[in-house]
Amino acid sequence: MNLTLRIWRQSGPQDKGRMVTYQVDDVSPDMSFLEMLDVLNERLILAGEEPVAFDHDCREGICGMCGLMINGDAHGPQRGTTACQLHMRQFSDGDTIDIEPWRARAFPVIKDLVVNRNAFDKIIAAGGYITAPTGSAPEAHSVPVAKANADAAFESAACIGCGACVAACPNGSGMLFTAAKVTQLSLMPQGQPERYTRVIGMVDAHDEAGFGGCTNAGECTAVCPKGIPLTTIGRLNRDYLAATTKRGDTPGT
Amino acid sequence: MAVTGILLVLFLIAHMLGNLKVFTGAMSFNHYAEWLRELGAPLLPSAGFLWIQRVGLLAAVLLHIGAATVLALRARAARPVRYAHRKKVRGSYAARTMRWGGVIILLFVVYHILDLTTGTLNPIGDPSRPYANVVADFAPARWYVTLFYTLAIVALGFHLRHGVFSALRSLGQQTPRGEQRARAVALVFAVALCAGYLLVPFAVLTGLVS
Repeated sequence: MNLTLRIWRQSGPQDKGRMVTYQVDDVSPDMSFLEMLDVLNERLILAGEEPVAFDHDCREGICGMCGLMINGDAHGPQRGTTACQLHMRQFSDGDTIDIEPWRARAFPVIKDLVVNRNAFDKIIAAGGYITAPTGSAPEAHSVPVAKANADAAFESAACIGCGACVAACPNGSGMLFTAAKVTQLSLMPQGQPERYTRVIGMVDAHDEAGFGGCTNAGECTAVCPKGIPLTTIGRLNRDYLAATTKRGDTPGT
Repeated sequence: MAVTGILLVLFLIAHMLGNLKVFTGAMSFNHYAEWLRELGAPLLPSAGFLWIQRVGLLAAVLLHIGAATVLALRARAARPVRYAHRKKVRGSYAARTMRWGGVIILLFVVYHILDLTTGTLNPIGDPSRPYANVVADFAPARWYVTLFYTLAIVALGFHLRHGVFSALRSLGQQTPRGEQRARAVALVFAVALCAGYLLVPFAVLTGLVS
C-alpha cells in the first residue's frame, strides 16, 4: 500500500504547529497503525529529519497511552479499538490519512502528536480512590457484591484513560472519563464512605482543568475503545444530585 | 437546562392542546381564548393568569438560554485549536444541532408573539377574534408564513428529540434499558408534538378549517 499522510507537526508547546504531508510507500496491510508510523520515522531518521513524536506503550490496547485523531475519528475508523490495535487493512492503497493530536485546552500539545493528560490525574486525585487499607487481598466472600453491580463496575473499570472521549466531544468535555471512575467506585461497597464527596470533588476538578460541560451528545461513547456506556454519566448525575442535598460534615447524614 | 426545559415542555403540551380546539369551530375556539383571559377570576384580575404564566415562561426561557450560553462558551474555550479534519456526526444529529436549532426557535417565538399575541404582523390582528387571526395567518396566499412555521416546528422537534432524552439523563436516568426507553419516549414525544402543531396550519392551508 502507498499512503499519503498529513501529520500535525509542532516542535514544542510554544510552536504554532502545522499539517505536514509525507508519502509512505510499501506499507503492509498487516502492520498496525503505529508500526506504519514507526516505518515513517525510520525513514525520516535516515534522511536526517526529526521523527514524528507520538505516545505509545503496551501496543495491545490496555495501557491508554496511544491516542491519535485519524481522519477525524478518535483512534481511527474501527470501533472499540485503540490506535495501536488498528491495522492498516482498514485503509486502502492511495488513501490520504490526516493524523492530529487530541484537541482540548486541558490537553496541551507537548510535541507533534503527544499531549499532556495530567488533567485526568488531577480528576483522579480529587476523589478517584477509596480509603480502605489495601495491604493484602481480602477474603473474596467477606464483602458480598451483587452480580449486576460487579458487572457494571467492571464495565466502567475497563476505562484506560486514553482521552478519546474528550477528543471526540463537541464540547471538549471529559465527563465520560469522570463518570466511568465515579461509577466504578460508587457501585462497590468499598467505595461508599467517599461516595458523595468523590463526585463533587471530581466534577469540580474536571471543570477547573478547563474541560467543557457535558450535553449528553454521545460522541464519546461512540469512539471509546473500551465501550464505556453513556449510562455512566446518568449514574454520575444521580450521585451529584444526591451529593448536593447531603452534608458530609454532619454525622448521620 | 433540564428543569427550565421541562417547564417549557409543559407549556408546549398545553399550548398544542389549546391549538387543536381550532377543529371544534370558531365559537368554541374564541370562547377558549376568552376563558384563558378570565382564568382565575374573580381572585385574579382579567388576563391575570396569562401574565403570571408569561412571567414564568420568560424566566424559564431566559434561564434556559443563559445555561445554554454558558455551555457554548465553555465548549468554545475547551477547544482553542480546532481539528483540521473533523467527522461531522457519530452520535446523534439532533444533539449536534441543539444550539442553532435553539436560535431558530427563539427567532420564531419572537415572530409568533408579534403575529398572534400582539397581532402586529397579522393581517387581521384582532385579539377578540383569534379564530379569524389563525385562518388569515395561514391562508394559501401567505404560504411563506406556513413555511417558516413548519421549519420552526421541525427545528423544535429535533430540539426535543435530544432535549427530552438529555433532561432525563441530567436528572439521573442511569440504566441501559432506561436509556432505550428514554430515547424512545423522546422520539415519540417530539414526533407527536410536531404533528399536533403542524395540523393547524395545514388544516387552514387545505381549507379544512376556514
